[in-house]
Amino acid sequence: MPATAPAGVGHLRGTESFPRAARRALADPQLRRNLGHATTTIRAKSAAVIDELPDWAQLRAAGSAIKTDVLARLPELLVQLEAKVTEAGGVVHWAADANDANRIVTDLVRATGSDRVIKVKSMATQEIGLNEALAAAGIEPVETDLAELIVQLGDDRPSHILVPAIHRNRAEIREIFLRAMPGVDPALTDEPAALAAVARRYLRQTFLSTRVAVSGANFAVAQTGTLAVVESEGNGRMCLTLPETLITVMGIEKVVPTWQDLEVFLQLLPRASTGERMNPYTSMWTGVTSGDGPQAFHLVLLDNGRSAVLADRTGRQALHCIRCSACLNVCPVYERTGGHAYGSVYPGPIGAVLSPQLTGVADNASLPYASSLCGACYDACPVGINIPELLVHLRDQVPHPRAEATAMAAAGYTMDRPRLYEAAQRATRLGRLAGRRGRGLPPPLTGWTASRDLPEPPEQTFRQWWAQR
Amino acid sequence: MNSRDLVLGRLRAALAADPPTTTGAVPRDYRQSGALDLDRLVQRLTDYRAQVHRAAEDTVAETIAALLPSGATVVVPPGLPAGWLPPTVTVLPDTGLDNRQIGAADAVVTAAAVAVAETGTVVLDGSPDQGRRVISLLPDRHVCVVRAGQVVATVPEALTRLVPHRPLTWISGPSATSDIELNRVEGVHGPRTLHVVLLS
Repeated sequence: MPATAPAGVGHLRGTESFPRAARRALADPQLRRNLGHATTTIRAKSAAVIDELPDWAQLRAAGSAIKTDVLARLPELLVQLEAKVTEAGGVVHWAADANDANRIVTDLVRATGSDRVIKVKSMATQEIGLNEALAAAGIEPVETDLAELIVQLGDDRPSHILVPAIHRNRAEIREIFLRAMPGVDPALTDEPAALAAVARRYLRQTFLSTRVAVSGANFAVAQTGTLAVVESEGNGRMCLTLPETLITVMGIEKVVPTWQDLEVFLQLLPRASTGERMNPYTSMWTGVTSGDGPQAFHLVLLDNGRSAVLADRTGRQALHCIRCSACLNVCPVYERTGGHAYGSVYPGPIGAVLSPQLTGVADNASLPYASSLCGACYDACPVGINIPELLVHLRDQVPHPRAEATAMAAAGYTMDRPRLYEAAQRATRLGRLAGRRGRGLPPPLTGWTASRDLPEPPEQTFRQWWAQR
Repeated sequence: MNSRDLVLGRLRAALAADPPTTTGAVPRDYRQSGALDLDRLVQRLTDYRAQVHRAAEDTVAETIAALLPSGATVVVPPGLPAGWLPPTVTVLPDTGLDNRQIGAADAVVTAAAVAVAETGTVVLDGSPDQGRRVISLLPDRHVCVVRAGQVVATVPEALTRLVPHRPLTWISGPSATSDIELNRVEGVHGPRTLHVVLLS
């Protein structure tokens, strides 16, 4: 039985099905405006910088091949990474699931005596619900990424992998800061520059006085034990260099085999994610460096359902994801519903195939259907994950209603018998008598005609015409 | 059974039950080097809001003097060439400065390890002429001196010039965020002004 991410902890499961959650999101014009603007902007920026490169296709091919190789050798690469990090003065911990990881991190923080941690944005820590676990243990987690700070102060959930507060516009952000950030000038405007300046002042003192930081990692090089964090604001640099203790929580699929492999991903990620040639800051570190930065470094390797994904030969390509969010930005469904409707911290196309595999498909059965199968995500993905293939594969696996299975069996029986099939075809002509209004399908197939018109049946079937010509 | 054995066991079982079929050979048909173009470095840095100045080894000091007000306090790494610093500034060598002193300084001057023309990036590696990571993080102005010989065209070339074990900071413009309605705003944490002095 593959070990999926446990329920009751973390944020991989929603409380309602996608269609229901989406319907509510669609009725929110502010959200739709924010999302439409955001995704249109990022798509254009990303397309422009990708067009500059003559070898984007070759980089994608290399990225895909590297990730395929990583999964094929995942156990040995992780063991190599562990050895190299340990050699360089770091300590490696293994977390079988979210509860395990939360316990490890909480114990490590407790051991330092600190009651506060500063956090660099990390999807993995959102996935496992680390903030809640720390708070329950009396430790205050302070998000330092501007968007995560907005989400945290707004008592909200992230709605996008890369820009988690994309569902908020500047007026809403100003309001959140006024309400929840201590010491803010009431005359604060909603100019983005002013809002960013407020965040800078608010967090500066916290950066300088907190002894423990928690981060994620974009990549970890097995050959050298080097970790890399890609960011824009500088809060990453603050968290990775100022405190005495650094704890990094990383999904096991983020390992790459060699130092050279970074050359591919450092080109794919910034262009596919924020639409930049390179993001403002990328930090790389190996273990501990004497006299520079944290003198205690802990790497927590997180499974939490990834080994279950690996067990599915088709499904495992979802583990190639480098969390760029290009698929979210091109998806017509995501653009209209936003991330909350998916119920998981991994929304959008990649979320629709990763979340159900991490939790077991039964717990996220509606997500593989949150798609029109247009395939835009596959085109956009910098590592070439065939998301449509995965969506169809997962649709096959989710529990299906009995009535649907019965109807399919009946259709199959009919289509296997030519005379029966011809009779059925002739019978559909009776549909012409029903007139437009009557021509929906009966339950359990009413869903099909709720938003589609059935075509008008012709006067003769093809077989009849053929026989008479 | 500890978590390490549990996780590794699951992974090995997952792969054994359904072994991958591809050979794993990575096609590296992308560009691994390019024609060096210093103007491209200047243009790309400028595009991402760094300010770029051209100078020669013997005019660095006067170039830096023009960038900083008289009497400005400037943190410098212990190995920075002394001749780069103008007499108009107050030099604070980092012989173990505390964060308060570093944060209160007006500027920091460092060298670089390598620069990438295609992306407009400079990389610091913690060498004596670049210093601890904190000194180029806390002050609000960072002046980074790059020698022409340190510039490469592409990211793959940069990685061949960098030593993995050193603490590396890749800088492509001043700090910025696009989290608020995707409006790019400079200067969240990290220096809000980045000057790159390119020596040829």
